[in-house]
Amino acid sequence: MKNVLNVALPKGRLGEKVYAIFEAAGFPCPSIKESNRKLIFENEECGVRYFWVKPSDVAIYVERGAADIGVAGKDILLEYRPDVYELFDLDIGKCRMAVAAMKDFRDDPSKTLRVATKFSRIASEYYASLGREIDIIHLNGSIEIAPILGLSDVIVDIVETGTTLKENNLEVKETILPISARLIANKTGFKFKTEQITRIMDEMKKQCGGAV
Amino acid sequence: MNTRFSATYEEKVTFALRDLYANHGYSRYKMSRFEEYDLYVRNKDFLISDGVITFTDTNGKLMALKPDVTLSIIKSGKDSAGAVQKVYYDENVYRVSSGSHGYKEIMQVGLECIGDVDDYCLYETLLLAAKSLYLISDQSVLDLSHLGFITAVFDGLNVPAELRARALSLIAEKNLHELMALCKDAGLNEEQARKLKKLITLYGTPDTVLPKLKETFEGVADLSALTKLEELIALFDEETKKLLRIDFSVINDIHYYNGIVFKGFVKDVPTGVLSGGQYDRLLEKLGRKSGAIGFAVYLDALERMEVSAKYDVDVLLIYEKGESLSSIKLWAQELMSRGQSVQVQKEVPEKLRYKKLMKLEEGRMILLEERT
Repeated sequence: MKNVLNVALPKGRLGEKVYAIFEAAGFPCPSIKESNRKLIFENEECGVRYFWVKPSDVAIYVERGAADIGVAGKDILLEYRPDVYELFDLDIGKCRMAVAAMKDFRDDPSKTLRVATKFSRIASEYYASLGREIDIIHLNGSIEIAPILGLSDVIVDIVETGTTLKENNLEVKETILPISARLIANKTGFKFKTEQITRIMDEMKKQCGGAV
Repeated sequence: MNTRFSATYEEKVTFALRDLYANHGYSRYKMSRFEEYDLYVRNKDFLISDGVITFTDTNGKLMALKPDVTLSIIKSGKDSAGAVQKVYYDENVYRVSSGSHGYKEIMQVGLECIGDVDDYCLYETLLLAAKSLYLISDQSVLDLSHLGFITAVFDGLNVPAELRARALSLIAEKNLHELMALCKDAGLNEEQARKLKKLITLYGTPDTVLPKLKETFEGVADLSALTKLEELIALFDEETKKLLRIDFSVINDIHYYNGIVFKGFVKDVPTGVLSGGQYDRLLEKLGRKSGAIGFAVYLDALERMEVSAKYDVDVLLIYEKGESLSSIKLWAQELMSRGQSVQVQKEVPEKLRYKKLMKLEEGRMILLEERT
């Protein structure tokens, strides 16, 4: 029996772009484009099985072996530190992890800085590297509202175009690091499906214009 | 000992591993469940998980439920020139589970070789690690790496000291794109970066990888660590050698480990099931002058490998009338020695659920069917 490679794709716009790369790389699965309630899509001939999962869950599926490979944002990899291989930068879904605050905000180093974020680990490590005392306020969404309502001094969040910030009188104060989508692999999966994974990775690299 | 019908899969593996280590002259090391907390505080980074369950003993001392076995073994031993302490253990340890964030009792089996560790000790430990994996499943892989060789490559390519820890973690992730960016930061030229890249891109069987590594790093880095690894691998028999892979993504904490490090994987178990290496630096930190190598098998990872409910036996071995009795006995024993349950029959019984159907024909064993 042919070994099928399980691929976790992030739901949403990024996932569609990612699937297009897999398709162009020679691993299509036409049924994925049909509008129905199916959750798993398989192309036996190519030896791939795709499934859509919440972007922040891709790493969990891969780390625990439910998926052999998947595509996850660097932000998720840095925040959750899954024990996986990070094989390749797809150079899509590009944005940056940044510190933002109200335009007129001035940092007062004599006070503890209140930081609202979904990315507690990234924020803590960033400020620890600066030796700055902070108070993390972990939020699950609508982070931008925190400094407007005085809940926090700054936010640490993903910034793509900056439009939302601008419309709310906020601006980027510091860029922490650039973010993009990465191909990740389960360690055991990589050992036992090495050829399949490297072939798919090499073909994807060609599509993304990278050197193999 | 046939434990098939009364033991769980982990217990069966434990028994088989204990037999394996005892047969190689390792003595069983039994210890208390408790240890002074101070030992773990001083070596916090050596522990796999941060959390330690503590309690105050009746004499007021802060104690801990063991999160690790190696530290206790080292602590209890003494340096003695030329002597090697060879022990195995089968203990429960208490750690925070990364998934549930709660404490978990984990069955762990492993061995330690502490003292005047020579090349034979290194070979024997690697062999026992490979055999341990083979006992768990014939579809397993033992990844070998050598921190001494990686350091030699870093030295040869002039990778700045402050970037080495980052480079190591990128090699561990097989993160080629960020390693290349780091090469730029480190001021490495294209040729140097191309060579460093090989620590990620070259992996596979020793026979394919070692010659390529030698060719790449000849005249660039000190190859003595690689030669040592090659010598040790050459001692393996062909069957066991099939499990070995060279893969530099195996990187344990360099503050404790040095030399050979390794990690074992079993098909369909998402995490590594075996981890080990030479940890002379840990001994140094604990004031010992000896060398050490050892490994642990994480039995909790095998929980989902339970197959006994699905099959009555692992192997149904059938034979033709006229097959020699000694040949039947030999093959049945061989299969059992791999930890598989075997039923020997002339015909296939109607309702028997077996995983593999094997036939003995003129002294040779043929696989007729394998069910997944």
